[in-house]
Amino acid sequence: MVVAQVSPPVVADAGARFLAEVTSKTAGVSRLEMCIQCGSCGGSCPSASAMDHTPRAIFALIRAGKRDEVLRSNTPWMCLSCYHCVVRCPQEIEITDVMYAIKTIAEKEHAYPSNVGPDFGGVFIGQAKRFGRSWDLGLTARHYLRHFPLRLPGMTPMAFGLFRHGRIGLLPTRIRQRKQLHAILKRADELERAR
Amino acid sequence: MSSYLYYPGCSMEGSGRSYRESLEGVLEPLGISLEEIDDWNCCGATEYVSLSTTPAYAMIARNLAIAAGEKKNGEALVAACSACYLNLAKADHYMGEQPALNARVNDALGAGGLHYDPGTLKVRHLLEVILTDVGLDKVRAAVKKPLTGLKVAPYLGCMVPRPDVDGAYADHEQPKSLDMLLKALGAEVVDYPLRTECCGGHMNQIAPKVGLELVRRLVSEAERLEAVMMVTVCPMCQINIDAYQGEMNAMFHTHHKMPIVFFTQLMGVAFGLEPKKLGIGREYTNASKTLAKALKAAPELALAAAGAAPAHRPRPDKRALPMPRMADSEVEE
Repeated sequence: MVVAQVSPPVVADAGARFLAEVTSKTAGVSRLEMCIQCGSCGGSCPSASAMDHTPRAIFALIRAGKRDEVLRSNTPWMCLSCYHCVVRCPQEIEITDVMYAIKTIAEKEHAYPSNVGPDFGGVFIGQAKRFGRSWDLGLTARHYLRHFPLRLPGMTPMAFGLFRHGRIGLLPTRIRQRKQLHAILKRADELERAR
Repeated sequence: MSSYLYYPGCSMEGSGRSYRESLEGVLEPLGISLEEIDDWNCCGATEYVSLSTTPAYAMIARNLAIAAGEKKNGEALVAACSACYLNLAKADHYMGEQPALNARVNDALGAGGLHYDPGTLKVRHLLEVILTDVGLDKVRAAVKKPLTGLKVAPYLGCMVPRPDVDGAYADHEQPKSLDMLLKALGAEVVDYPLRTECCGGHMNQIAPKVGLELVRRLVSEAERLEAVMMVTVCPMCQINIDAYQGEMNAMFHTHHKMPIVFFTQLMGVAFGLEPKKLGIGREYTNASKTLAKALKAAPELALAAAGAAPAHRPRPDKRALPMPRMADSEVEE
């Protein structure tokens, strides 16, 4: 009997490559390759209705090698980090961390669907890196002026209330050893880029 | 007196200031002391891990390395903010699980003259420390003014019971840890099914329609169950429910006015401490009046509960068939 020579399917290659990329970018062990497409994740997700794709669909797209579609989906940006899907996943996939991993790839390539989420994170982290602490007033002022100027009038009483109750400081708090922190983060950035 | 290393986190200095104030007040009655680690930095919340993995974990691990250098007689690093707790716990866990991550993070830490071996510290959340190490008996013994008559919704939030990297929670969706503590203070605790649902996190900032809907669900369910107040363990949950309630009301044309306080604040009240010193009154949706009103009827109720006279129980109907009766102790739970 002659067995036909079957070459590995080309489509699966792109899928395997992207799966490996996401898995390697996940902080812990993602177990993403174990997904059985049961959909428990989307069914457990409080923000699924606002997502372009449910998490299950995202994982199917990853396996299909649809890299652009995944990076341009709003799904990871709508993830709340509530970990409901993680504790319900029968395959114990670290879904939240996979969402973070997709976001880090999208951030690097500026491939995200909207810049609101990335900007918020960018400003938050820019200040946290600079001062060593987060700075609520600087963050919210910059973020709302840029992305939600129309929400500002409605938010004035809230900002005033927080200020009156001593819950928001005018100036940022700084840690002492900022040089040490900056040296650590500089090296970490180099290592991340070399991956 | 047990002593723990303590990581406060940025919120405790600003928006969650009342958490810090009330925590400081209840330490002595609980018989624990917290040693704040030196020159700690922001944990990066959920923002840095979404931006770049190695720097995010290096930033968290700087705190772990400093804490490990300060550990003397204990290995526990306690955090009160849920997000800080989870970041610290996850960094320790993933550095142990992924040697490559561990190597990169320690390489980066080395640039600042620091090093951290995963597993050196045990990262714990404040609530778990109080329940496990202090114990409910000691909490009950410290209560001077039971919160009788105060009907509260226990809102634990996401990041303490989930993902639970150290396996501290048997139930990740409806754990009763906060319920038990509040009951020990004498409060009436409603069976709040949304106890571990999400407050929206940063969604109120980046996608208000998504975030405010979650706030609406949480508040309206607490109100439906006739709770007069929500109780939280997390500064993020507190500010989302408290400060964004006005914007939420405007969006959904509702008129909710649900105060939310930290569990340490209610502990302080029950321990007989001055409400002002516990940061009560710093909420945007005022809790002082609700608290005062609910506790006004407290003395009589407390007497009735503690008194020799058994609680009122309807007499069985004489015409009814004889039924087995539960002992009083079983009725309790």
